[in-house]
Amino acid sequence: MRRAVLIAVPYLWLLALFLVPFIIVLKISLSDIALARPPYTPQLDLNEGWAGIRAFFAGLDFENFTFLSTDDLYWKAYLSSVRIAGIATLCTLLVGYPIAYGMARAPQEWRPTLLMLVILPFWTSFLIRVYSWIGILSSEGVLNQFLMGIGLIGEPLTILNTNTAVYIGIVYTYLPFMILPIYSALEKMDESLLEAAEDLGSSRFSAFWLVTIPLSRNGIVAGCFLVFIPSIGEFVIPSLLGGSDTLMIGKVLWEEFFSNRDWPVASAVAVVLLLILIIPIVLFQRSEENAREAGR
Amino acid sequence: MRRFSWFNATSLTLGFAFLYLPMILLVVYSFNESRLVTVWAGFSTKWYGELLQNEEFLDAAWVTLKVAFFSSTIATVLGTMAAYVMIRAGRFPGRTLFSGMIYAPLVMPEVITGLSLLLLFIGIGLDRGVLTVVLAHTTFSMCYVSVVVSSRLSTFDQALEEAALDLGASPFESFTLITLPIIAPAVISGWLLAFTLSLDDLVIASFTTGPGATTLPIKVFSAVRLGVSPEINALSTLLISIVTVGVITASLVSKRAAVQRRREEQAAQRTA
Repeated sequence: MRRAVLIAVPYLWLLALFLVPFIIVLKISLSDIALARPPYTPQLDLNEGWAGIRAFFAGLDFENFTFLSTDDLYWKAYLSSVRIAGIATLCTLLVGYPIAYGMARAPQEWRPTLLMLVILPFWTSFLIRVYSWIGILSSEGVLNQFLMGIGLIGEPLTILNTNTAVYIGIVYTYLPFMILPIYSALEKMDESLLEAAEDLGSSRFSAFWLVTIPLSRNGIVAGCFLVFIPSIGEFVIPSLLGGSDTLMIGKVLWEEFFSNRDWPVASAVAVVLLLILIIPIVLFQRSEENAREAGR
Repeated sequence: MRRFSWFNATSLTLGFAFLYLPMILLVVYSFNESRLVTVWAGFSTKWYGELLQNEEFLDAAWVTLKVAFFSSTIATVLGTMAAYVMIRAGRFPGRTLFSGMIYAPLVMPEVITGLSLLLLFIGIGLDRGVLTVVLAHTTFSMCYVSVVVSSRLSTFDQALEEAALDLGASPFESFTLITLPIIAPAVISGWLLAFTLSLDDLVIASFTTGPGATTLPIKVFSAVRLGVSPEINALSTLLISIVTVGVITASLVSKRAAVQRRREEQAAQRTA
């Protein structure tokens, strides 16, 4: 009895506030936009009994999805989200790996402090961390002043409101997610393997390439997924740092809903975004399971 | 022990400079006299004064704290229950769906969570305001709490609970006297995580909020869309300092607890 209550309370909460809302999105994505409140049709009218239910299902169609596939904007936005997230993930890896590597090599007594320094930004507001780059990257910002001050450039660079700024924003805000899994993989590594490789005549570089990188593979894979998956649907970074030509699907969905007030199309955008995300999520879960089994 | 090379030292220095310089610059420019954020015109604390007189920001901060407090508290209760169900309740019908619903919100893009909850609230005719934001935040942060708590639950020795039951404790007593004290650090960090997530959230709050329930991130977002502003720098500095002090205190407290435990263990060994 007590067990049933224990299960039922969180279960019902999640059903009501996670699964049901999602079914509503699915339903509205099959509806049509209408000048009404709420602004879509058909509405389910239970007063009419079976006829009402039948009329309701007859009114659902895949029109919004056909619209998404024919209008350039949407599939370009999906492609460009995946591309931006992919490039940014690669940059995060290139920035994060040396840091994780340095942390794993640092003297034992420094490591808790270094770890705390990596985690600390994660507790700080995401919005503020993104915002801090506006003042740095703008044309009269700190970076341009610095570069012009040392005479490296004569004219200010345009970085803010371009895709470059979006990449910087993603690298900056998601860096801890890349560093932590790689660090935990590197920290577990048996150092004597490197010595063995060097004793057997490999150079330090090839020992790194042939021993360290493969042994930290699980960390690299986990870090990449942890950065890639949330970046695809990112809204704050492209809207604060990106330009008008930065196409990301999170921003498109937001504008479709708040500016165009087209709820059915916004819902269809959400459904397709989720379908796209399922691929990396399933791959990630499978690689985590493999890693767990290999670790046993 | 491998040597800590120049390359390692350089990458750590550059890496941490990259992580911290933007925030340090925010703090520095919050004390700038000039409204032009890029020109240094002397030290001043006037933006803090203006911030503290800005009723809209104060109201938004109050709403945000209320939402964060209630949502993280409910989320901690629900998340701990969910973790207990996942680790201890064994098999029950619909278990796969349950664990799916626990993990899915962690990877769900915020725009989708926000949109779907808003459509639900409109569908059932619930007026949007503080209550709807609390419901929304509770739903996604309880999943984080349950992940944190279940990782602690899965590593502790179940025999302790069984011993309590054998010695005549009721299941409720065994939970409150044995389980809860042991998982308490995880429950507390779950609460803190939920609180921070709620304080930070812009997207889900924007979808589910209504008149009179503007949270601080919504206010900040609409202000910074127009560019850099010194009041926001001052606000950011306050938030960054609170978090820094909090995290450092928490880590010192847990370090001290660890030292204490080691000392007690050593003392116990000596007496044994």
